[in-house]
Amino acid sequence: MKSSHLQIGSHRFQSRLLLGTGKFSSFEVQQQAVKVSETQILTFAVRRMNIFDPNQPNFLEQLDLSQYSLLPNTAGASNAEEAVRIARLAQASGLCDMIKVEVIGDAKTLLPDPIETYRACEQLLKEGFTVLPYISDDVILAKRLQELGVHAIMPGASPIGAGLGLLNPHYLSFIIEQATVPVIIDAGIGTPGDAAKAMELGADGVLLNTAVAGAKDPVMMAEAMKLAVQAGRLGYDAGRIPMKRYASASSPIEGLPV
Amino acid sequence: MEVKVNGHSMELSLQEAHIQHLMEHLQMTHRIVIVEHNGTIVPKHKYDATPIMNGDRIEIVHFVGGG
Repeated sequence: MKSSHLQIGSHRFQSRLLLGTGKFSSFEVQQQAVKVSETQILTFAVRRMNIFDPNQPNFLEQLDLSQYSLLPNTAGASNAEEAVRIARLAQASGLCDMIKVEVIGDAKTLLPDPIETYRACEQLLKEGFTVLPYISDDVILAKRLQELGVHAIMPGASPIGAGLGLLNPHYLSFIIEQATVPVIIDAGIGTPGDAAKAMELGADGVLLNTAVAGAKDPVMMAEAMKLAVQAGRLGYDAGRIPMKRYASASSPIEGLPV
Repeated sequence: MEVKVNGHSMELSLQEAHIQHLMEHLQMTHRIVIVEHNGTIVPKHKYDATPIMNGDRIEIVHFVGGG
């Protein structure tokens, strides 16, 4: 899918880096990181308000919402019904129609429950949401979800927050090859190299959070990730050389000996 | 009357009988929040028209940082 922009449903983006907003040490650092990343899509979670402290600062309320599209997630849901409820709450804000369907099936690995994820997507599509499911590197589930009509597929590179990079680039490349909708590699990215590699595979975007929020210098890492995503995409579009087992000289043979 | 707000029991006087009153009481009218009343989402323009009864369950949620 060679294209200069990222199209998700009716939304069009220039940036292919999606940034999570969790775990930043301060709003100031976060605002700087978001700015230098040049992201256009920010993820959020939906949670109960602390009714005893109504004046607590909130990152979203400090954002210029004309500059960003919100991608709320359904994190916290362990079945389709809970995910649908969270999605409806998010949409009722009137701020977004995109939803990252995240239905966790296991507390230790935080791997997504494929069956509940599928069921949630089915319902949310009926209700008119722009649906972006977070899945593991399951090639067949990706196929079934795009047949169902989701607007993007978001397979994980490795477990959420693990920073292990692309554990199964082979299966991710199968998902990308068969894709009829954008593929966004979500979760498990640790370094700019991981992000670039994901883009070199042909992914349409990368969603990351901890890799930036948890870096020693989150602002610098946000810039590194921006450049990595751009470099990886350029490299993919440019078309890599085939791998060979042996050397092939870069300097001509003609004119030898000197 | 007594209602449950985000899982906490709360005593409300009679004039606080609509969602709008509750939001004013909690100083949340200026915040980006979403209200659910007995499991049904209440859009902002219906805060005034949604009465609260004894024993009602109200959830007030907002967006927080997340990946």
